[in-house]
Amino acid sequence: MSAMTMVKAINSALDIKLKEDKNIVIYGEDVGVEGGVFRVTEGLQKKYGAERVFDTPLAESAIVGTALGMAVSGLRPIVELQFEGFTFPAFNQILSNVARMQNRSRGRYGAPLVIRFPYGGGVNALEHHSDSPEALFAHIPGLKVVIPSTPHDAKGMMIAAIESNDPVIFMEPKRIYRAIKQEVSDEKFTIPLGKARVVQEGSDVTVVAFGAMIRECQKAIVMAEESGISVELIDLRSIYPIDRETIRNSVRKTGRMIVVAEAHQSFSVGSELIAIANEEAFLYLEAPPKRVMGYDTVVPLAQGEKYYIISPDRIFYEIEKSVHF
Amino acid sequence: MTPNDLPEIFRDHNPLEDKMLQVIDNEGNIISGELMPQLDDNTIIDAYQKMLYERTADEMAISFQRQGRMYTYTPNLGQEAIHIAAGMNIRKEDWLVPAFREMGTLLAKGVTMKEMFLFYNGNEHGSSFQNAHHVLPIAISIGTQLQHATGIGYSVKYRKKDETVFTFIGDGGTSEGDFSEALNFAGVWQVPVIFTVQNNQYAISVPVKAQTNSVNLAVKSVAFGIPGIKVDGNDFFAMYLAYQTASEYARSGRGAVLIEALTYRLGAHTTSDDPTKYRKKEEEELWGLTDPLVRLKRYMERSGIWQIDEETLKDTYRQEIEQQFLDAEKSKTYPLDDVFAYMYTDMPDELRRQKAEYEQFLSWKETRE
Repeated sequence: MSAMTMVKAINSALDIKLKEDKNIVIYGEDVGVEGGVFRVTEGLQKKYGAERVFDTPLAESAIVGTALGMAVSGLRPIVELQFEGFTFPAFNQILSNVARMQNRSRGRYGAPLVIRFPYGGGVNALEHHSDSPEALFAHIPGLKVVIPSTPHDAKGMMIAAIESNDPVIFMEPKRIYRAIKQEVSDEKFTIPLGKARVVQEGSDVTVVAFGAMIRECQKAIVMAEESGISVELIDLRSIYPIDRETIRNSVRKTGRMIVVAEAHQSFSVGSELIAIANEEAFLYLEAPPKRVMGYDTVVPLAQGEKYYIISPDRIFYEIEKSVHF
Repeated sequence: MTPNDLPEIFRDHNPLEDKMLQVIDNEGNIISGELMPQLDDNTIIDAYQKMLYERTADEMAISFQRQGRMYTYTPNLGQEAIHIAAGMNIRKEDWLVPAFREMGTLLAKGVTMKEMFLFYNGNEHGSSFQNAHHVLPIAISIGTQLQHATGIGYSVKYRKKDETVFTFIGDGGTSEGDFSEALNFAGVWQVPVIFTVQNNQYAISVPVKAQTNSVNLAVKSVAFGIPGIKVDGNDFFAMYLAYQTASEYARSGRGAVLIEALTYRLGAHTTSDDPTKYRKKEEEELWGLTDPLVRLKRYMERSGIWQIDEETLKDTYRQEIEQQFLDAEKSKTYPLDDVFAYMYTDMPDELRRQKAEYEQFLSWKETRE
């Protein structure tokens, strides 16, 4: 066991898999010499050589498109896109080819690759560095989309993502890249993709969140407990496939659901979760399921971000409203 | 495009032969006298002062960021000759479609330091450029802006306006598909766009050698059938001549031009970047010898037109820039309305609902405090 940040935990996962499987290559902008702008790939080029861990020209579409070429011919590429706002030049390759090759070729060619990138707000960044585009990717059939909320999960989920024979979009909440330290095993372990985690059990209301919002929910839960409200917190972990069963069981138990996420609320993961609550637990509901999410606006620059970002007291306010509906 | 249509300097500096346009050397000696643009002493003094102003503003911005009074900033250090030469050739009616490292050209178009500070302080009003005509906001998604420039070029041509479009990209950006697509369209449409690649040797940590196998970046123009030229970007006179010639070419209706300005990013990519991770001090020192301010100053000293009391002037600039920074700090208000007001020209009810919901939360919060 070692105390690890999420950056270190992902680095450890990449390290273990590079060592274990010589077909794995890692590339992207600044991932080699520099070790990534967030240092997630630090030291890996030195350890495994520039043929396996390398910098590319600045072209996201080519980074993803070539990864598909490698994947159909025996390699297992892991590519980094530098920020969520820079994934879109690659969107055509992701949507039109990466997600479809397996189906198009009737299973003849798969796409065992991982596309990883930092996402999310709360870091006082310039434009295109604060967005949460998980729903855009989750809407594409053929992709797995996962988001860890702790260093432990990040490591286990990354190893599972690399071992997945399907393409995985691995989104890393940059706001908590270094904010949380946790004892994480130095050994190899996996966390199955597609399974949510019940962070804490409760009886009055279900709160579903993921990524950096888990920590904010935990702060809100402290406030709720002081008011005598018992909250069940679920870390979704996998956006797609979504863990319908865990949602069903929890909402049937509590009768209330609040979804907390940074993304724009319309047509979002929150919308999907509410659909599931309706489909699976309609007769158990005691209050309307609620999205506590970003507005349908561009994430404001630093000075205005306070209005956009979901604060613990905002979450608590919605918990209270739901319970007293 | 027949060779005869090409301005002489483009013919004499064929990027396929990797020739570079240069007028003065690092010591300020004239190496190509016949290429020296016809500028009177006052214009040269003015150019130096503008470069000094940009350098001063840049140093101060970095220092404000370090003091925690400003967020992430993208320094311009070392690239001032390009920005000022472009700024002196861009007219009021011309368009500027920037990337994010062209401060001197933005200022020439009427953008204020206060706006620059507002932007880097995290306020979108810093992108509204109230007193600047025909300037698009800073573009952060790499290379996308070139297509907008080409589109403006089409619009200008269609509307039969005497307007030229100046647009910028870095060396890394030339690898994006958007770069090639924009140049290709510009070639097909023969639109008055001057594309500048500021080749400052690095895309964050990735050196230009790892970016392309081409002999230089100007050569990329050849495939798209537009004239291209590699210019010493730290040589003010070479840059001035390049822009003067390119402007005449574009205005004559002959189409687009690609200028590769060879330079060096003396500072970091952004204030979050640490160049010691990926480049050597010796390299920085070597490029430091080509500093565009030092070169122009040496030329002016040699020609006997140096009459600037640099420290006093810098002090004046510092006071003026500090005042603009303080003004930006003072105007640091960000009403909730600003989050919603500019998303649509006609705000959907759903956005009104979301805003009202947040306001309800705010009033609940107030009753608790």
